[in-house]
Amino acid sequence: MDAILLQIFNGLDKGSAYALIALGLTLIFGTLGVVNFAHGALFMIGAFCAVTLQRILNLSYEVIDETQKDFLGNPLKVKTPYVESWFGPEMGGAIIDWAVPLAILFAIPIMIAIGFIMERGLIKHFYKRAHADQILVTFGLAIVLQEVIKYFYGANPIQTPSPEALSGVANVGAVFGMDIVYPVWRIVYFCFSVLIIGAIFSFLQFTTFGMVVRAGMADRETVGLLGINIDRRFTIMFGIAAAVAGLAGVMYTPINSPNYHMGMDFLVLSFVVVVVGGMGSLPGAVLAGFMLGILESFASMNEIKSIIPGIDQIIIYVVAIIILLTRPRGLMGRKGVMEE
Amino acid sequence: MFGLEKKDMRMLMIVAILTLCAPFILNPFPTDSALAQFNAGYPDLMQRFVIFGIFAIGFNILFGLTGYLSFGHAAFLGVGSYSAVWMFKLLSMNVVPAIMLSVVIAGIFALLIGYVSLRRSGIYFSILTLAFAQMSFNLAYSVLTPITNGETGLQLTLEDPRVLGVSATADGSIPVTNLFGLEMRSTFEMAVGPWAFQFNAGYYLCALILLASFYLSIRIFRSPFGMMLRAVKSNQQRMNYTGLNSRPYTLAAFVISGMYAGLAGGLMASMDPLAGAERMQWTASGEVVLMTILGGAGTLIGPVLGAGFIKYFENIFSKINDNVLHSWFSFMPDGMEDFVVFVIHPFIGKGWHLTLGILFMLVVIFLPGGLVEGGQRIAGWFKGRKSSEKSASGKTNPAE
Repeated sequence: MDAILLQIFNGLDKGSAYALIALGLTLIFGTLGVVNFAHGALFMIGAFCAVTLQRILNLSYEVIDETQKDFLGNPLKVKTPYVESWFGPEMGGAIIDWAVPLAILFAIPIMIAIGFIMERGLIKHFYKRAHADQILVTFGLAIVLQEVIKYFYGANPIQTPSPEALSGVANVGAVFGMDIVYPVWRIVYFCFSVLIIGAIFSFLQFTTFGMVVRAGMADRETVGLLGINIDRRFTIMFGIAAAVAGLAGVMYTPINSPNYHMGMDFLVLSFVVVVVGGMGSLPGAVLAGFMLGILESFASMNEIKSIIPGIDQIIIYVVAIIILLTRPRGLMGRKGVMEE
Repeated sequence: MFGLEKKDMRMLMIVAILTLCAPFILNPFPTDSALAQFNAGYPDLMQRFVIFGIFAIGFNILFGLTGYLSFGHAAFLGVGSYSAVWMFKLLSMNVVPAIMLSVVIAGIFALLIGYVSLRRSGIYFSILTLAFAQMSFNLAYSVLTPITNGETGLQLTLEDPRVLGVSATADGSIPVTNLFGLEMRSTFEMAVGPWAFQFNAGYYLCALILLASFYLSIRIFRSPFGMMLRAVKSNQQRMNYTGLNSRPYTLAAFVISGMYAGLAGGLMASMDPLAGAERMQWTASGEVVLMTILGGAGTLIGPVLGAGFIKYFENIFSKINDNVLHSWFSFMPDGMEDFVVFVIHPFIGKGWHLTLGILFMLVVIFLPGGLVEGGQRIAGWFKGRKSSEKSASGKTNPAE
């Protein structure tokens, strides 16, 4: 029982990342009908927003401190981050420590702006073209974004630690009367993703804007005929989807040090998730994301690996193939949508 | 001749001349000149040109004709490489059985994967092939290590039990791949004044195979079978309504293009007998998509051009560095020179992929027909207004 619960927990953090990226992909596909192969790159850019903020906060100046000597007897150069000198060492230190959560605020405007530019500058021209063309152009864009990041940040993974207070482990099993030790940050990540998913769903469900968007997803032409500028709303949704991917990336940095090709790695899996969940179905994407994340972590248990070797590497693809062949619209896809 | 129309024959001749004279064409600069580093006429690179040319021709039979965009073609290339290396390890160092086996194995793989994937079309097909390729890649890296040798890659060793042939040569080294005794790496150098041209046995084998595969692809394009595939691309639904089951045709196209990929993989292993899992990764599949699109999908010569173009510039761009740029722009005033070098810097050397990505996006956006369409448009401008109208009407059937 302990082992099963532990695997479920282990699957949650990867599952959350899949769910968030897949949610964004589905939002874009459902609203604009565009297959966005650059979505993984947006996830990666989000992660690098956290890296950037961390670097900005760590900008520092040097002063020569006469009271301290290094081992050669020369006066020691002391580095002080500007933030510490502005807010005092305690407050400043705390700000630097909390760089990753703060990066959420930093990333939202950046990601939305990137989303707008992408949609208005590039994707807009591809609504009417074949899906293959959309895949190709966004694939090219993903390469470009990835290379730009590589140019500025290098090819190596960059460490971005979580805040001191959240970096330990906690015994989550205590709630169930069991002994399961689990890193705190992963719990934070899971809660964060549930929060974001909840926010997106309630935004679509309970606001007028969301209602119009949902109407546009169902029948774009009619909504347009009613005199509503649906294109502008869809552009905003694209920005929101980009921000969701970016935030997923920001919060993922302490779990896995970001490097320039992390987006591509996640992209393939997220596409599989979207297909399993059902093209254009938001609950499907979330459900499939968590489900596949948990399945993957179960498959990596030694007991299962000893029965079917290598299953942990391919489980997601196997599930996707089975689903596509038996139920092409995906777990929760609407009948008749993209079912050919 | 060969059952080809005059136009196709001319195209085949052009490709034949280009490939057979490649050692001259790619070596335009004397060896001691400053531009010698832009020579691409050395065996290793020339082999890559033609091998990727074969790969792209095969991919084009699937994507160009039927419109099914496979994102997992590199898997067949990888499978082909592995089987060729195994043939070298177990049977003999002759390349013929190795290449034959790699084509057959890749064909079987393509049959299995195609049978499943072709049940869906559109992006589902792309994602299914992608999933299969990633699966093969992951398996090759992990569980199948006894067959694939995991991360190190499959290599020849001195202990290989070679049935026809020796495990090690008399001087204790690993024997080299050959074609009935003709060593693949043997190179004949011809020095003409300051130029040095290299004629490599392996390259010419690849080039001849490229010509054969190009000829075959022309025949497929012009055959009733090719016509059927094009009908699938333009309107599959209508075809199904006429009572015709299109799946055998698409499956045949998939298997043929998988066999082409296997052939490319086998050749790659024949030129350099090792195989690694990274050849199967989906970015490698993406590369052949890039080549085909860049050259012109659905055209005969496009994929060959695209493969040559990408491999050539990959080689050239990665060689340019800041010093070279400084020497080029040294005529400018100092500040200006530094600025220009600074601007160009991200796009060269290791930044080649950035250039490639931008180029690829530009092609998809502005020139969906690829370099071939670009060439036609330019030709149209030169011919003047009257013929440009003609070429505009010709745009509805992209060049073949």
